[in-house]
Amino acid sequence: MSEAQSVIRAKGLDLTFQTNDGPVHALKGVDLDIKQGDFVSFIGPSGCGKTTFLRVMADLEQPTGGEITVNGVTPEQARKARAYGYVFQAAGLYPWRTIGGNIRLPLEIMGVPKSEHAERVAKVLELVELSGFERKFPWQLSGGMQQRASIARALSFDADILLMDEPFGALDEIVRDHLNEQLLHLWERTQKTIAFVTHSIPEAVYLSTKIVVMSPRPGRITDVIESTLPRERPLEIRESPEFLAIAHRVREGLRAGHSDE
Amino acid sequence: MRSILPVLTVVAAILGIWLLAVIPMNMHLVADQGQRDGLVVQPETPAERQEFSGLGLAMRNPDLIPLTYNFKRPRLPSPQQVAGEMYDTIFGKKITSKRSLVYHGWVTLAPTLLGFVIGTGLGILLAVGIVYSRVMDRSVMPWAIVSQTIPILALAPMVIVVLGSMGIQGLFPKSLIAAYLSFFPVVVGMVKGLRSPSGMQLDLLRTYHASNTQGFWSLRLPASLPYLFASLKIGISASLVGTIVAELPTGARAGFGARMLVGDQYGQPLVSWAALFAAALTAAALVGLFSAIERITLKRMGMAAA
Repeated sequence: MSEAQSVIRAKGLDLTFQTNDGPVHALKGVDLDIKQGDFVSFIGPSGCGKTTFLRVMADLEQPTGGEITVNGVTPEQARKARAYGYVFQAAGLYPWRTIGGNIRLPLEIMGVPKSEHAERVAKVLELVELSGFERKFPWQLSGGMQQRASIARALSFDADILLMDEPFGALDEIVRDHLNEQLLHLWERTQKTIAFVTHSIPEAVYLSTKIVVMSPRPGRITDVIESTLPRERPLEIRESPEFLAIAHRVREGLRAGHSDE
Repeated sequence: MRSILPVLTVVAAILGIWLLAVIPMNMHLVADQGQRDGLVVQPETPAERQEFSGLGLAMRNPDLIPLTYNFKRPRLPSPQQVAGEMYDTIFGKKITSKRSLVYHGWVTLAPTLLGFVIGTGLGILLAVGIVYSRVMDRSVMPWAIVSQTIPILALAPMVIVVLGSMGIQGLFPKSLIAAYLSFFPVVVGMVKGLRSPSGMQLDLLRTYHASNTQGFWSLRLPASLPYLFASLKIGISASLVGTIVAELPTGARAGFGARMLVGDQYGQPLVSWAALFAAALTAAALVGLFSAIERITLKRMGMAAA
């Protein structure tokens, strides 16, 4: 993995929102390099700009300064090339479509030939362990299952990058553990590059190859931690000294960001 | 089904008030007529009777009370008189007869439906324009609101007369008034419905690089359907009111509006009341029809009825 290509590269990235209470510096001087196949977590208190950063990658927000490339091109070009799948905080499935219909939505919009739809839907449903739920409506599924369906939807058009904005934030601890395990498994099988926003330290450490610690006002990166954990990670690894050491460093980073104020 | 009992209770209460009101409302007329027919009435002259309220008169002449329920030209007809007149003119006459309420009902219903279709189509088009065009949002919406502040009673005769002088008569002018009343709830509901998708859902489509057209058909339109059905139910009853209003001032010969006017002018209150109730039942049936379509559609779409 050492000679892996850069997928997302940010240099001196600034983003200032103009509000009625004056300018808000959501991002200031952010430098980051995400390599192909990385699992990068963004962690920090609310208002630190982690979601904003993800939205800049997705071309949902426009930076006011600095440079950013996604797959070597601007975020807008990357978005138009359908280079990434985006998973939001809420599943946001269309209630009038079945699970299968929801997963077909991006395929229909992107003009994927109809003959491929069934096969692709079956494949991604299998990846998120929802095989057999294709004909169910969203309200017939639990919150965790809905979120898995929304991940399947983001995977269906097979983009190389997966951008995830606190996808498990609204779920309880037990469901979340299970989904984290599944997500790691999925990442290993699909070899995707994943950028993952969270505010849970164990989640960030458990999932990531790289942890980006951010702090607010102005939103900036205070620490980037390369994980020394192996790629194969059973849930029990969270009890290991290595895991706890990384978690400790993340906590220190978060605290340092706060004491700067 | 659980709503049946409360509904019946309210209907019973209204009927009770109605039945009680019939006595004092008709008492003076009944007393006058009774005297002409040779009955003994207290007090004896009409001028003296005017001193009494309807209720006071009823207490002095209790034996006249039953007559108030069956008076030929009552000020307030009794429920059974209205029901009888309705039964007679709905089932007792050939539907081609000028005295058949079914015939008059169709004369009113046809322009109602045409006007509703025009109004709904126009309303949806305007709503789409308002949602997608900033200019239309700024320019159309205020006019749509102003249009509803003009009393329809003042506007309807003008429209009918102007169109009539241009040789346009019959169905279309009435439909125009019906459309005028029904487009507004559709505009308001559809604008709200088309704007109901959350920022997240719109962002999702943006990440797919979806076009406006794709966004409209896949997200905005289906999301607006619950709002549309609510508007359709208001719109269809507004259409019916519009048609009836359009029939009132123009000397129309047929239709619910014409029947109400005829009954009033020729001293046949039963005709007016029967037409009034037939119109109310028609409106209820139309709204019920749309409720049923709403339930079925939303259920098939996996959404609970709003």
